[in-house]
Amino acid sequence: MTPGTTSNQHAIELVVNDKPRAVTVESRTTLADCLRSQLGLTGTHLGCEHGVCGACTVLVDGRTARGCLMLAAQADGCRITTVEGLSGDGELAPLQQAFWNCHGLQCGYCTPGILMTLTELLADDPRADENAIRLALSGHLCRCTGYQNIVAAALAAVECLRGNA
Amino acid sequence: MNDTPTRQVGERIRRIEDPALLRGAGRFVGDIELPGMLHAAFVRSPYAHALVTHIDVTDALATPGVVAVMAARDIARGLTTLRMPLGFPTTTLPPNITPFVLTPEEVCFAGEAVALVLATSRYTAEDGAGVVAVDYEPLPVLADCRDALKADAPKVRRESSDNVLCTFNVGYGDCAGAFAGAAHVFGEQLHQHRGGAHPMEGRGIVANYDKFAGSLSVWSSTQMSHELQFTVAAMLGIAEQSVRVVAPDVGGGFGAKFLVYPEEIAIAAAARLHACPVKWIEDRAEHFVSAIQERDQHWDVEIAVDGDGLILGVRGRMIHDQGAYTPQGINCPYNAATAVTGSYVVPNYNLDVFVAQTNKVFTIPVRGAGYPEGTFVMERLLDRAAHELGIDRALIRERNLVTAAKMPYVKPLKNRAGHAITLDSGDYPACQAKVLDVIDYAGFAERKKAARAQGRHIGIGMAHGVKGTGRGPFESASVKVSPSGRITVSTGAMAMGQGISTALAQIAAEALGATMDSIDVIAGDTAAISMGIGGFASRQTLTAGSSVLLAARKVNDKARKVASQMLEVSADDLVLRDGNVEVRGVPEMSVPLTRIARLLRGIPGYDLPRGVGAGLEATAHWEPDAMAYANAFHACEVEVDVETGGVTLLRYVAIQDSGRLVNPLIVEGQVHGGIVHGIGNALFEYMRYDENAQPISTTFADYLLPTSTEIPHLEVLFMESPSATNPLGVKGVGEVGTIPVTSAIASAVDDALSEYGVRIRAVPIDPVRVVEMIDAAQVGT
Repeated sequence: MTPGTTSNQHAIELVVNDKPRAVTVESRTTLADCLRSQLGLTGTHLGCEHGVCGACTVLVDGRTARGCLMLAAQADGCRITTVEGLSGDGELAPLQQAFWNCHGLQCGYCTPGILMTLTELLADDPRADENAIRLALSGHLCRCTGYQNIVAAALAAVECLRGNA
Repeated sequence: MNDTPTRQVGERIRRIEDPALLRGAGRFVGDIELPGMLHAAFVRSPYAHALVTHIDVTDALATPGVVAVMAARDIARGLTTLRMPLGFPTTTLPPNITPFVLTPEEVCFAGEAVALVLATSRYTAEDGAGVVAVDYEPLPVLADCRDALKADAPKVRRESSDNVLCTFNVGYGDCAGAFAGAAHVFGEQLHQHRGGAHPMEGRGIVANYDKFAGSLSVWSSTQMSHELQFTVAAMLGIAEQSVRVVAPDVGGGFGAKFLVYPEEIAIAAAARLHACPVKWIEDRAEHFVSAIQERDQHWDVEIAVDGDGLILGVRGRMIHDQGAYTPQGINCPYNAATAVTGSYVVPNYNLDVFVAQTNKVFTIPVRGAGYPEGTFVMERLLDRAAHELGIDRALIRERNLVTAAKMPYVKPLKNRAGHAITLDSGDYPACQAKVLDVIDYAGFAERKKAARAQGRHIGIGMAHGVKGTGRGPFESASVKVSPSGRITVSTGAMAMGQGISTALAQIAAEALGATMDSIDVIAGDTAAISMGIGGFASRQTLTAGSSVLLAARKVNDKARKVASQMLEVSADDLVLRDGNVEVRGVPEMSVPLTRIARLLRGIPGYDLPRGVGAGLEATAHWEPDAMAYANAFHACEVEVDVETGGVTLLRYVAIQDSGRLVNPLIVEGQVHGGIVHGIGNALFEYMRYDENAQPISTTFADYLLPTSTEIPHLEVLFMESPSATNPLGVKGVGEVGTIPVTSAIASAVDDALSEYGVRIRAVPIDPVRVVEMIDAAQVGT
């Protein structure tokens, strides 16, 4: 066992938004709760806590994961990216900018998770079309937008990234 | 008013709310952490109806982290009454119908809270809640609202003299005569189920009692900050001014947060009794069993028409599932009953309504508030009449619509404020014609034939909807220019994702010739403004927007009067632009607003400028005299898989007339969301209970919300008929998109399955039921 680790307490080390973080968590602490309560990264939201709504989606070593279904202890040694890591305090990233321009969010509660999923999609498939975007978004629930302007924002981000490439 | 150099109203302006939300820097109630804060978890009844005979807290108190367990008698120590007040105490309803803060002896729905555990973390609070041992003695259960009308049905609550909370009648004219003389009468039995509100953020509250100040600060994810402030003060027995309620970023409402809940009072009381901050964040499982729903209505109705399909009358009865308690009133069934005649001329109408109690969580309006149900009834009856008479569905609507020439059209019906329902403006036939043109209704028969040749079943459907928006009695707004130059708009209106802050900022900016980035909007903070009503009934742009406009105009007048004295020119020749009051056409002759604001703040011992009073600020509480009726017409094409009963939306075209649009970008988003909520109601969302009133669809895997792959690209059009009911000429937006959706989709499914004679009589449309109807038709042939 790592120092500081007992059967129920785990000292873990993460790289969160490019910063190394060390924290002790209970076995049952979810990654989302660890990020929110222990690391103060409240941009990751919880909408259902049973893995359906996708609001808590973060990137773990570059791949999307449900922060409510993954235990913090499982993320030991991983690189985590949350919505706060998309652009920091600097200029909005092209995807965030597209959401703003296209009115891709209303209450903004589901938005962080959706941004993480689309970040992954656009990295994997920079030419993603509407079908691919809708398929990626199908793991997310949004009650406000009807998804239309989220799709529009993602398509605008594709255009923007293509223009920059 | 002087001309406004900076046009803001009507522009597609990006929302001021967004950058923080996109960075994950929003502040939702769940994000609030305070030193020494305790976390709460509720112990909820697993039974739909039972007596609580004993609560043993020994194990809970022994759980590490648990600080206290409070049952009804414990929380009662901090309350003036254990029973919630009736939200809308304006109707004649029996006494003792509201829920308890914590129920003392009888649980009446599964999910009702019996105890509250306070602990040092949410995890340990749930540990404690899990081992509070409650002894229940189960009682007979009433699960189906239709059973409430039966004399031998078990009682929903022992204290209640009748399971029927109340009955009422809505109607006018002479239905008996109209039906007796009618060429045709067609009857339908319709069932509608609306499920829950399900904002992605559930409910939540943080309360912090400051024992030195004797004040209570409350952050709640609510659609009604001021009502929560007044209720907390009354129930805790403290002065209103000692309670501050702030709605931080609110992750959607849709009706779920338009109520002061027992949980909110319990947390406020616990915070005061324990003199520390207490936090409760609802999880989704709790939202499914203890947040409001809209649920079931059963309608038994008939329509009388002449040989041309002209409506002679509509009559029938409706049973509404009210749930176990009545926290707010009977506005939902009342709206449904008065919404039936909707966009049409209906000469005679008569509906008996039975508000039936069941052992299920209480109901209040969800987005649409009874209007989708009333609309469904009328639209289904028209489709039926069209089918029976062999009249085109578009034509029968055209023949019966209230035309533009009839506006304003006064219905012989009253809204709940007692005012006549008056359709104020709009051109419903033109809306219908436009959408049918865009969707190529005329060419659909050919498309259907071609699809059928390929073995596919496609159908087209349509529906109108109309909704009273901008409900009163008022909404508040203060507009203040500070000596720093910042302009603050404070309002009792509530921001819960719809973009109201941006819309109000646009209105203020235009009236003050200011830029958007000079304006801050404070919504839902009782410390910022003393009165407020809140966010419901598609009302805020209309009511709060009008108040902002009037307040900003007063500020504009004040500024020009002061500048007029300083520049020695007539106030009529002055105009506000970019932070200055300047002589029209002579921008170098100007006074900065900052200077005027400083002067009007006052300098000790010196006179204020003459005739304007202190402060470069003004407050307005604009009161609507009448509601503004927004309308919509939707048409859609669907494909039905006759093997599975699955319905696929191929195309969806909608037009909405919400009067003048303050920000078309935001309005479009509201319409999209409204339509998709309706699609959920039409095809997916069913809150299931078993025969013991046990909720059985309590996850998003069981209760289906629409996802991106089920929704086609929505084609949204607008007509702008300004409403004369308010100074902005606007009508409400938020709920209107939801209203026609179930009707339009049902109409399209009927059409797709016309060869089987299938008629949709219940929503959501259950694929299993669709297959049964197809099978029955095939057996019959």
